[in-house]
Amino acid sequence: MNVTFDKDLAQNEVDGGSTGHHHHDEDVELNPAGWRDGKRYAWMLGVLVPLTPFLSWGLVEATGLGVLWFLAPAMVFGLFPLLDVTIGLDPTNPPDSVLKWLEQDRYYRWCTYMFIPVQYAGLIFACWQWADGGLSTVESIGLTLTMGVVGGIAINTAHELGHKREELERRLGRIALAQTGYGHFFIEHNRGHHVRVATPEDPASSRMGESFWAFLPRTVAGSLRSAWSIESVRLDRLGISHWSFRNDILSAWAMTIFLFAGLTAVFGLVVLPYLVVQAVIGFSLLEVVNYLEHYGLLRQRKDDGRYERCRQEHSWNSNNVASNVLLFHLQRHSDHHAHPTRRYQALRHAEEAPQLPTGYAGMIVLAWIPPLWRRVMDPRLLAHYEGDVSRVNIQPRARGRILARYGSDS
Amino acid sequence: MSRWACPGCGYVYDEAEGHAREGFPPRTPWEQVPDDWACPDCGVRDKVDFEPAE
Repeated sequence: MNVTFDKDLAQNEVDGGSTGHHHHDEDVELNPAGWRDGKRYAWMLGVLVPLTPFLSWGLVEATGLGVLWFLAPAMVFGLFPLLDVTIGLDPTNPPDSVLKWLEQDRYYRWCTYMFIPVQYAGLIFACWQWADGGLSTVESIGLTLTMGVVGGIAINTAHELGHKREELERRLGRIALAQTGYGHFFIEHNRGHHVRVATPEDPASSRMGESFWAFLPRTVAGSLRSAWSIESVRLDRLGISHWSFRNDILSAWAMTIFLFAGLTAVFGLVVLPYLVVQAVIGFSLLEVVNYLEHYGLLRQRKDDGRYERCRQEHSWNSNNVASNVLLFHLQRHSDHHAHPTRRYQALRHAEEAPQLPTGYAGMIVLAWIPPLWRRVMDPRLLAHYEGDVSRVNIQPRARGRILARYGSDS
Repeated sequence: MSRWACPGCGYVYDEAEGHAREGFPPRTPWEQVPDDWACPDCGVRDKVDFEPAE
């Protein structure tokens, strides 16, 4: 089964070539008995992260330990990296013949939809705690970090939903982004990042020699500029003013403003700084994930001046089960870029894709510490390019230093 | 009226329908769609990669 499957993938990747097969065929095959999705019920754990404000409260009540308000960061940056190491990898793929059946199974959609009401119930609950919960300063900070992590993981859910063709899912995706004020991500990611991924022009593709702390302001500002220019082109074609509510960026931000204003009106001005800080933590978490998805990877230019198509080798992947369940298979990132509309449960592991040494959860922690990151990732990146540093996406400022150290393409 | 399909995801641009949200009203000919317009569904392929569809 795997052989035909890989052949299909490889065929799909022949540059400029086309297999002419489409994914719109109506006849959905029934699942041939005998194949079971091992992760089927694990996807329900996706709701664990938005539940953390309630879980923290319960644990603090039960134990009297205020430090448990830090539950979400402790889970995502402590527990999950450990689970990745202990549970390990799952490189199995659903066979080709069940992909269509798997994608139309609505159960999987509910796992993503479910996230959003829990996310906002948690945000309201957190505001109530910040305002009237009698929390100490440290406890309030803990809850702010917890809400930031929820907001960041919500961007991942929004990402899954925002790629779909169905209007309902796109709308839910935009709602999930309101907590972090990152509504423009929906436009920049789908129409900017996916087009320019693994090129120096993409603000959301990190470069060799670029630390996460240098990448963060570049991607935040660059993605915003890119989103605005993409949306401006569309509005110009429609002959609509950029400053209109039909501007999807402005309407998305308006949602955040109404949300924060509403929460402030109900719970008082005291919650506003917390809301702003958790939003910044949330989108910074998304950006650190962006940082590790394409680090140093580069699409080459073809003779006609266009970049080669994005292929499996242009994204970093991981098959770590725990992080994959946490992030709706985001770590099968190569297949996502090859087939952006494919649903998370059907994303496949690709043998030729470069693999991270551990799951995204652990890699995030590594990215925060640039010397460690470089030590782990630079040799892997170079090995991926068989030592040929000229094929790497290099930070211009670090170019001289990197070439002096790793080779010469003078 | 012709139809053009994205070879990556199967999205079809139908001249009869256009793509109103993208600023191409019904009956916008394919030639009027800019070359750097990327597939609105997947973003992986550009207009120049599209193929004629029945």
